[in-house]
Amino acid sequence: MKVSISWLRDYVAIETPVEELAAALTMAGLEVEAVIPRYAYLEKVKVGRITRVLPHPNADRLRICEVSTGDRSHRIVCGAPNAREGLLAPLALPGAELPGGLTIKAGKIRGERSEGMLCSGIELGIDTDAGGLLELDPGLEVGQRLDSALGLADWTLEIGLTPNRPDCLSLIGVAREIAALQGSDLRLPAIEMPTESGDITALTSVTIEDYERCPRYTARLITGIKVGPSPHWLQDRLLSVGLRPINNLVDITNFVMMETGQPLHAFDFDRLHDQRIVVRTAAAGEKFTTLDEKERSLNSEMLMICDGQRAVGIGGVMGGMNSEIATDTTRVLLESAYFNPVSIRKTAKKLALGTDASHRFERGVDPSGTVTSLNRAAALMADLGGGTLVGGIIDEHQALPAPKTIDLSMAATNRVLGTALDRDAMQTQLERVAFQVRPADEDRLLVTAPSFRVDVSRPEDLMEEIARLTGYNEIPTTFPEIPANRRNEAPLLGHRRRIRTLMAGFGFSETVSYSFIHAASCDRLRLPADDPRRQGVKILNPISEDQTVMRTSLIPSLLETLQRNLAHQVRDVRIFETGRVYLHQPAAELPEEREMLAGLWSGSRAPLSWHERETPCDYFDLKGVVEALCQALKLAPTRYEQVPSAECTYTRAGASAWIYGGEVRLGLIGELHPQVVTHYGLKQSAVVFALCLQRLISQMPEQIVSAAQPRYPAITRDITLIIGDTTPAAEVLSEVRSLDAPLLETVYFFDRFSGGPIPEGNVSLSFRLVYRAEDRTLTDEDISALHQQISDHLVARFGADLPA
Amino acid sequence: METRIDKIKAQALQELDTAAGADDITALAVKYLGRKGVITQFLRNISTLPPLERPLAGKSANEVKQLLEDRFEAARARLLEEAAASAETVDVSLPGRPVAFGSLHPITQVTEEICDIFTRMGFDVVEGPEVETDRYNFEMLNIPKNHPARDMQDTFYVSDNVVLRTHTSPTQPRVMEQQRPPVRMIAPGKVYRCDSDLTHTPMFHQVEGLLVDKGVSFGDLKGTLTAFVHQMFDTETSVRFRPSFFPFTEPSAEVDIRCVICRGTGCRVCSQTGWLEILGSGMVHPAVLENVAYDTAEYTGFAFGMGVERIAMLKYRIDDIRKYFDNDLRFLRQF
Repeated sequence: MKVSISWLRDYVAIETPVEELAAALTMAGLEVEAVIPRYAYLEKVKVGRITRVLPHPNADRLRICEVSTGDRSHRIVCGAPNAREGLLAPLALPGAELPGGLTIKAGKIRGERSEGMLCSGIELGIDTDAGGLLELDPGLEVGQRLDSALGLADWTLEIGLTPNRPDCLSLIGVAREIAALQGSDLRLPAIEMPTESGDITALTSVTIEDYERCPRYTARLITGIKVGPSPHWLQDRLLSVGLRPINNLVDITNFVMMETGQPLHAFDFDRLHDQRIVVRTAAAGEKFTTLDEKERSLNSEMLMICDGQRAVGIGGVMGGMNSEIATDTTRVLLESAYFNPVSIRKTAKKLALGTDASHRFERGVDPSGTVTSLNRAAALMADLGGGTLVGGIIDEHQALPAPKTIDLSMAATNRVLGTALDRDAMQTQLERVAFQVRPADEDRLLVTAPSFRVDVSRPEDLMEEIARLTGYNEIPTTFPEIPANRRNEAPLLGHRRRIRTLMAGFGFSETVSYSFIHAASCDRLRLPADDPRRQGVKILNPISEDQTVMRTSLIPSLLETLQRNLAHQVRDVRIFETGRVYLHQPAAELPEEREMLAGLWSGSRAPLSWHERETPCDYFDLKGVVEALCQALKLAPTRYEQVPSAECTYTRAGASAWIYGGEVRLGLIGELHPQVVTHYGLKQSAVVFALCLQRLISQMPEQIVSAAQPRYPAITRDITLIIGDTTPAAEVLSEVRSLDAPLLETVYFFDRFSGGPIPEGNVSLSFRLVYRAEDRTLTDEDISALHQQISDHLVARFGADLPA
Repeated sequence: METRIDKIKAQALQELDTAAGADDITALAVKYLGRKGVITQFLRNISTLPPLERPLAGKSANEVKQLLEDRFEAARARLLEEAAASAETVDVSLPGRPVAFGSLHPITQVTEEICDIFTRMGFDVVEGPEVETDRYNFEMLNIPKNHPARDMQDTFYVSDNVVLRTHTSPTQPRVMEQQRPPVRMIAPGKVYRCDSDLTHTPMFHQVEGLLVDKGVSFGDLKGTLTAFVHQMFDTETSVRFRPSFFPFTEPSAEVDIRCVICRGTGCRVCSQTGWLEILGSGMVHPAVLENVAYDTAEYTGFAFGMGVERIAMLKYRIDDIRKYFDNDLRFLRQF
């Protein structure tokens, strides 16, 4: 909403500097987002004196003027008939930007140099006279800025109005706030009605067929009007709030809308069939061409203003081409109505047609202000258009919203605000913004809201009025009482925080990616047609193609991040993300939001250094990270099972594993499938993992119980097996563990070797067994036989050989 | 007898002179000072000497024992010195073996900092769904269908009744439906708006706050949020409360802080105003409490919401909101 200081001054005295006024409005809830000096564009327009006029050698209608600005003389080519020696006129110097969009430059006009432009009033936007140079008072100081010389000082304030204050979508509304803040008077414009002639009811009628959507419709008729440009004062008012003057009739409807907040519409009465108005809803599929020359398709919920035969306007939104004011219009039917806000909003939304009128109607105009605005506009039309006002008003309505009276407890108000305001203070604040206040008893005030405050219906609304007019910053600052009782925090929160910290400790940087992904992501990941991850939540109104589906996997986000970093020549990439995936649930309204942890490692194993050669990272680098994470979270040992190639999607079958904690599948780790590398245009491959955070956490022990440290030394013995190279090392380990051998404390794998003396198709695997007794130091004799038994068992079980 | 201990001493010192390494010294120590060593034996035999000779002999022997202990120790020390002196010299200026370290995303760090401040004040952290029903995202919050307040938030739709939550506020009714007052919660999380330009990303992060109890006032809201700002920034950062409008609070307030960049003198970040808008807040609208069947005669409350990106921008002087989601490692590793 734009208002100008000059216009506001019609309704309220403003003595304070504009910046202070803007700050006061902001602190009262009308946020002033910008204060724009209206005449800043006149900075490079000076008062010039024409000292000499010479003929233009190449053009009869142009002349060359020498123009003084006191300090120097300028050579200006000018075509104005009234340019003459001694005249004081506005001189726009190079760099000046004029309201029409023209930027003044030094240049040549018909071969003659010109260092600026002598201007007319209309060119400067300060007058409507286009007839020649603006002739300035000869007493003015030559060289002075034109705005200072003419005393032009005005500012446009841009107010970011919240949707609850439609009353301030008007100059009077804003002026009322200013008056309340200053404690000064609001002056409403006096409407002087011209002499009326005839009877409107004899000439036209209004029939409302849908009082739900149109509770009130008022109209007046003005005849004998001459359409023409508005006088300068009216044009200036509109320009000061950013509206373009069109002609006197249209300008008046805009002027009154800006002044009062009531949108008006002017019909060319002679273009109305049967010369009457019918207010009804549209027929489904009905077509209608609005003022902006666009054909609109209507539905049966849209309210139409019609004449005796056809629609002439979309009620409260936009008028139609077929009844538009034209240059030859002489009779005007002026509409001032109150439309149902929800109905207007639906229509405007459906048609994607937001107008100044719909903006106001959908927020709620003053249902009691209809006639006042109608009279204001009618009087102006009769005056400025030279017309005659037809006698009487048509005012069709059913019951209008009654003024709301609210029972306000002063004690409750002070309790909610934390204040100690007395009755006087509250009453004064409310009355300043036009509420009627009647004390009911010691504690209660009966408060009637003015009809234009459609936002006020509850005591809390009044508390806000009192608070904001008192000033929020005047309310004492206190602290709530918060007892130190039990906290209930979802365990996920703490665990997630710990997991993130661990991952960062392992060298991974956390990423945060958009939750939506490209619709093609599932194809890029090679997901089969029946994969449930293809059932992503789709967004009906996405912003761009790469953000159309809620992600069902974090992997696409990581791959896109890798791709972007590679493009920036960042080649060693270790990243992780915790975030939700959104999985379709057939019978439920909302998807399952499952929290995941995913990580990616690409590039070298260790940051480049002089200590070792750069080695590319592989499956085992990332597996080590997952293992360390699980160990740090105190999970029982996790299991890695080769993913069957039929189940492999974005990872390569040869290097992909399901990660199990107990019998629960926690997730997947693997090397990217080469096709996925290509789909994402990656210059290098990567290893990735994805874990379900909730399942991971479910495997964490509820409690950590400290165990005693062994008191006696251990004996370690190794076993090396030459074994078929398809036997997973983990299988040998679990075989050893399954023996449940006494004294065997632990067993682990420590070496793998192939080639050399090892026969083709075989591999040498080495395991270390740690023996220990709780109550004594073991001797070789204690374990020799046992160790031999284990070794023999493994040889037999796996058909292995022992090294020579 | 005195000559005998002198001889032992001379012999030992001579052998020490020819000792080549640590092992020789250890052997000498055993030979002379060990349990069966020469001096130990000598001392043991003192009782066989004539009574008059015993004190002197004992004294001399103990002096020799002390002397040898010192000399052996000195010899060992000298050897270690020599070993240290002859060991390899490294270029200490060369970099160490690198240990990789990662970083937490600035949004995570700031969210945690915000949550920590409020948990210290006694708020509980909760989370809610991001794909949300129109009911929780709007209607329960006093934003009926076809209300102009819906224009304040450009909404991503999944269906007529399901949206991507436009704010973290739906956690308010969700928590209140599950719990009787008092309620003291904060809810961090992702939110979505159909808006993308220089200063908007279609996804961003908010932290919601809600406190409902008996006798909660607007003054309490001011106190709590002022305390928050003072912890998040510093106690020199002044705070102002400005009337605003949110359908689910009444009275509503925007919270501005003195620009942390220019300290109020006016700069590009605060658009020359000296103030930065960082929080929306207000007293919980009675309609919202009624929607969850809280008795509005008994309970009042305040709610607030803040944008994490905005606060992180101020904290780390980040100049472009889009950087958060580009995940350029050169950006991320700064934090």
